[in-house]
Amino acid sequence: MRILSWAYLVLIFVFILLPVVALVVFSFQDGRLPVPPLKGFTLKWYAEVIADRDLMAALWNSFIVAFGSSAVALVLGFLAASGLARVALPGSVVMRGVLIAPMTVSYLIIGLGLLQIFNKLGLRPSLLATGIGHVVINLPLCFSIIYAAMGEHQRNALRAARDLGAREWQVLALVSAPMLAPALAASFFLSVTFSWDEFIIAFLLTRFDITLPVEIWSMLRSGLSPKTNAIGSLVFLVSVAIVVTLELTLFRKPRP
Amino acid sequence: MTAEVRFEAIHHRFGNFTALHKVDLTIAAGEFIVLLGPSGCGKTTLLSILGGFVTPTEGKVIINGKDMTHVPPRGRPTTTMFQDYALFPHMTLLDNVGFGLRMRGVGKSERRTRAQEMLEMVGLGDKASRRPHELSGGQRQRVALARALAVSPDVLLLDEPLGALDMKLRRQMQDELKAIQRRVGTTFVHVTHDQEEAMAVADRIVVMNQGRIEHCGSPEDVYLRPASLFSANFMGEMNRIPVTANGQNAQSPFGPIAMTMTGREGVLCIRPENIGFSGDVSLGPARLVESGFFGTHHRCHFEPLAAEGTRIVAHLPQGSQPGIGQNVELFATNAVILRDEVAA
Repeated sequence: MRILSWAYLVLIFVFILLPVVALVVFSFQDGRLPVPPLKGFTLKWYAEVIADRDLMAALWNSFIVAFGSSAVALVLGFLAASGLARVALPGSVVMRGVLIAPMTVSYLIIGLGLLQIFNKLGLRPSLLATGIGHVVINLPLCFSIIYAAMGEHQRNALRAARDLGAREWQVLALVSAPMLAPALAASFFLSVTFSWDEFIIAFLLTRFDITLPVEIWSMLRSGLSPKTNAIGSLVFLVSVAIVVTLELTLFRKPRP
Repeated sequence: MTAEVRFEAIHHRFGNFTALHKVDLTIAAGEFIVLLGPSGCGKTTLLSILGGFVTPTEGKVIINGKDMTHVPPRGRPTTTMFQDYALFPHMTLLDNVGFGLRMRGVGKSERRTRAQEMLEMVGLGDKASRRPHELSGGQRQRVALARALAVSPDVLLLDEPLGALDMKLRRQMQDELKAIQRRVGTTFVHVTHDQEEAMAVADRIVVMNQGRIEHCGSPEDVYLRPASLFSANFMGEMNRIPVTANGQNAQSPFGPIAMTMTGREGVLCIRPENIGFSGDVSLGPARLVESGFFGTHHRCHFEPLAAEGTRIVAHLPQGSQPGIGQNVELFATNAVILRDEVAA
């Protein structure tokens, strides 16, 4: 039994990690194709990636869109959650439902809808349009994480702050936000990672300035290359770095 | 800093439920008043109305002569000590206590000095840089008190502040609250459902039931001369003996009682510790049926010879208890006859 369960564990990890491992390993391939056999070890693909202006521009664009849209989604989600947690309005349940609804709609549908609306409004496909699209998909996420983190304890602390003379913005900035710091950080970084590798909306809503996933897709059209593995490995490295940092800082000791 | 508080015909409804029925109450400046009653009696609602967290359906709240009915909490000269303390977990004790001063625009150094003073007052001066989660329940309690008092409010509201503490600590905190109230002179309005706590701290107790004030008076008044059967029962154990009018006097199942009464029917109320072998009202001969030793007293069950089946509970002083089956003459002090509310 013991051996079986270990074997099961190993299989699971192989299943989950094999694609990533293959990606990283063949980014060092000394040859033209990222497929076995591994002919040798080279860093030249990484050098090419760094020298590629388009790729670096796309990387930077992705960075701006991810952090910008996540910041907006975070602020909007926090304010919505604060408002809905504070007062019980007749339509509270419906409002919460509508806020979370975009989570259930596929990115393709959201992208198509936005494309049509932006056309009508005269907003050209751009990084701004993509950023707005990412706010649409990440706001429900931020809202639900933050709303779930607000409990009775939080409510009472906010009451105490008002009682001691805090204005509403001071209540939010000095008491509510610091108390919710772990939830705020979690929702922000999750939004960043979702936005970072989002393809469909970015593909539909960008034209001249494109994000990294769109750039990688256009590179793939000209066939497989260890260069795409190299850029993929770099993106993976960023995600790992974020997760590890979160693990080591925010989620290490849950506050009582 | 202290102020008079006046509630004028406060009426409050939550949907179909009426939480307060036209409550009138005046609290003198510097008074320690306790709102006492079972859960759902409206005491917490009244406190929330005073703190500005709830706006009453009708009526006025007047603090220091000014109408405050529609002023939000931050505009009122009141602060609250919450039931679960509601300390800010991300701030040190010093910042917690200084929060109210910060909101009032007091400079940093002055704020720190004052917060430190308040922490010293509650005996936590050496823990200023700790955070709330490092403290025990009783210590958090003190921080909440210091934080509420740091802004020198005219009125301090205490919402069941000692509910979460164990018995011994609760007694100690009651003494401290009383001492601090005398020192600062602020009007204290304290809500509790514990009648012993109420008597321990209050200058005046307001007994509430179903949204109305049943009795309002000093602890001695409320305990010894209750105005209604409800407040008599709520303040502690009570022997209740149905009586009827017989001319000017009262007639009990075991004979006439030398007390005047109004109305045709009533309930004779005597606290167990007010029954003994001497007193101003004779209860006639009775037999001891059962007894137990409770440390501070013997708890004895008597059966009057003239009315078998009726039980009278008496708390007799240590060492003064007769043997079981013995007959004794019982007397009562501080007996009152109240109108039977259920029958009325």
